[in-house]
Amino acid sequence: MQRNKRVLTGTHFEMGNWACTEGAIAAGCNFAAGYPITPASEVANLLAARLPEVGGTFLQTEDEISAICSAIGASWAGCKAMTVTSGPGISLMQENIGFAVATETPLVIVDVQRFGPSTGVPSVGLAGDIVQVARGSHGDYQIIALCPENPQEMFDLTIRAFNLAEAYRVPVFVMADGFMGHMREQIVVPEEDRIELKNRKVAEPAETVLDRQDFLDVNVAPMPVFGRGIKAHVTSSCHDEHGMRNLSDPEVMHRYAMHPIEKILSHRDDIVRVQDACEDATIALVSCGTVSRCARAAARLGREEGLNLGTLRLLTCWPFPDQEVRVVADRVDHMLVLENNTGQLYPYIKAEAAHACRVSFLGPQTLGQIHDPRYILSHIKEIIQ
Amino acid sequence: MTKNAHPLRQKYTRSHILRTTTCPGCGIGTVSQAILRSIDELQFDIDDFIFVSGIGCSAWIPSPFYNADTLHTTHGRPVAFATGVKLGLPDKHVMVVSGDGDLTAIGGNHLIHAARRNINLTVVLVNNGIYGMTGGQTAPTTPRGIKTITSPYGAMEHHFDISPMVVAAGASYVARWTTYHPRQLTRSIKKGIQKKGFALIEAVSQCPVQYGRASKLGGAVDMLKHFKKNSVRINKAREMGAEELQGKFIVGEFTDLEKAELSEQWVRLRCEMMEER
Amino acid sequence: MAQTDLTIAGVGGQGSILAGVILGSAAVTFDNKFATQTQAYSSELRGGFAAAWVIISDDPIEFPRVTAPDILVAQAQDSINRFGDVLKPDGILIIDSDMVHEIPPNLKHLYKIPATTIARNELKIPVAANMIILGALCKVTNIVSRQALEKAIARSVPNGKEQINLEAFNLGIERVKPV
Repeated sequence: MQRNKRVLTGTHFEMGNWACTEGAIAAGCNFAAGYPITPASEVANLLAARLPEVGGTFLQTEDEISAICSAIGASWAGCKAMTVTSGPGISLMQENIGFAVATETPLVIVDVQRFGPSTGVPSVGLAGDIVQVARGSHGDYQIIALCPENPQEMFDLTIRAFNLAEAYRVPVFVMADGFMGHMREQIVVPEEDRIELKNRKVAEPAETVLDRQDFLDVNVAPMPVFGRGIKAHVTSSCHDEHGMRNLSDPEVMHRYAMHPIEKILSHRDDIVRVQDACEDATIALVSCGTVSRCARAAARLGREEGLNLGTLRLLTCWPFPDQEVRVVADRVDHMLVLENNTGQLYPYIKAEAAHACRVSFLGPQTLGQIHDPRYILSHIKEIIQ
Repeated sequence: MTKNAHPLRQKYTRSHILRTTTCPGCGIGTVSQAILRSIDELQFDIDDFIFVSGIGCSAWIPSPFYNADTLHTTHGRPVAFATGVKLGLPDKHVMVVSGDGDLTAIGGNHLIHAARRNINLTVVLVNNGIYGMTGGQTAPTTPRGIKTITSPYGAMEHHFDISPMVVAAGASYVARWTTYHPRQLTRSIKKGIQKKGFALIEAVSQCPVQYGRASKLGGAVDMLKHFKKNSVRINKAREMGAEELQGKFIVGEFTDLEKAELSEQWVRLRCEMMEER
Repeated sequence: MAQTDLTIAGVGGQGSILAGVILGSAAVTFDNKFATQTQAYSSELRGGFAAAWVIISDDPIEFPRVTAPDILVAQAQDSINRFGDVLKPDGILIIDSDMVHEIPPNLKHLYKIPATTIARNELKIPVAANMIILGALCKVTNIVSRQALEKAIARSVPNGKEQINLEAFNLGIERVKPV
């Protein structure tokens, strides 16, 4: 293995969790904190070895709460920071996911999802955290969540997650699962100069914080990074544009909650990515993550049998690709939503599509085991009849 | 800011912050002055400090007042946040200022693990023995028998002896004083700032509004007199029995030693690895 | 779309999963094919079941699970009991004949190799049985080229152990026999 190189250019046959690690390193990550948890541990294990090689720091914390808090602290210290965990860890991190949202902290959170609820089955992948990453912390907010479908995309989308985090000063989730995290496939790592990286804008010093807008800019305020004499005031209490706490003015409360939401929603065209392979299909298979591969296989099998099937794959599940779902809903007769859970995105898809076409849901035949394409196909034949 | 404002106030605090959140007689002012006086006497630049605090009255000491980088975090987590800040900015002074509830109840695990890591943080822990901001509930530091709003029949649980606990967890420097000892407190904070390693300065402080009422100790002056009367120097305490020490405040330096510090080890490792490259 | 689905199964410690990883690695990095490798194993590190699933294809792989393999490599009787039923009717079964004694009836393509005995008695390295198995697999199926497997083995084993493992691989190629 090449050592001390930031970008391991070449073709590799490695686990998704390896790809995620190398994506983070290639993206310029220089701080990671984590707590051991199956099936995400390999990412932290590999980061512990790789980060020092590229001038970075890895901290194994006492729990996942400490992991996200120290990553947020490192981000304010100017690092490109991340943490990695699975569902139980996300549950513990929830309060401080809200902190990252409220303080507009760039942060990447990798969730290698596993079978729940509770301790569940650590080694079996399930798309069980789709809603909890978007809605699990208290209050109203928006986050960005990206859904890879294979190890290659665990590399590509981890880089994209860092770029989006830096560009918008937000926490960004990479929604992998134990299946792809432990799956080995070919991973093509491009040349270093072919990887586009983004870095946060940093605030200029001013007389006082009142002379500067550090927060609540819908077009992203420059970040008053610590240690540069900027004298930033950062609080997760309701605050104004300068970061100063305000618990009395309803207008400030409104802006404190709404502007970070609008920051994401007003840039949704830059953030949201889907793969629309519906062409002139009458039935669209809608999915994200590992299940997208099953959907594509089922669509191909179906077309071989003369069925007019297409696929709509959500590479971004948050912010929710509402417009993209509507566009396809207007074209097809039926949307079949496929998820490796009991229907977490289904209500969101239905809300956008039900006015234009029929919408139904199909979970895997055995929860956690992803959909066999032939099972999807036989279900579609039943629908048609 | 008026011209007659205290020189430390003029030099180190945000001029547009015009009022504090503390109740009359609170010990927080004493602790805050000790912190700023420490920085001033050391002739350190406050821009080289990052202040991290949690939730509770004493978390308001640096935030929003100190004219420096201040990070006001979630309840119990300032030490965890500060650990990330320090590892990202190993050349800066990172100081945590928070209370006993924040740092030893909800955040107790982070405190003992930061001490174990011996990461170079200065933690000023203001111990008023009660939850002040939320209305006077029992804290892990409330002595047995005290009637609080959540122990109306008297607290049944034993209380944490914070400083020895942090010594046991592995800190490089631990000292405890009360707000009756502002000079000694300042001296220990100065030592803590300069100490290469985890430093905890426990400041036993009066909360006349909540604790004073619950314990029937009375107002601020009475509580300070109580601290004066019941404080025992650690050297003397070592010769006293448990019975004698009942209800006393053992004050002084609990530990002061040199051992490997985390952020410096990281700087060294990174340098070695990058040289290899 | 030429695609081969394969299961390599054994008990923990036999190296079934490593064999699957080497197979996929050889296909991707030296034969310019696509491969997907997944695995399952019981919590105990030794003695529990272990299985690697490998899909090798000329095109990108969609459905990543192996439900009905074209090839089953069984390094233990337990592997037959677990995966014998799902092998395709015209599929290939390769067994370690030291470990597997009962085999499903009506199999058209059955091959055997005493990998455990060869590894223990001739190579004096019991853990090399999986390399012998890879040799047998290469000879019988040719799903991955011999050159690619040799390169992948040399790269995957500890420094200084390349020669003995390649010897094991070659013994697999030489000794595998149809039943």
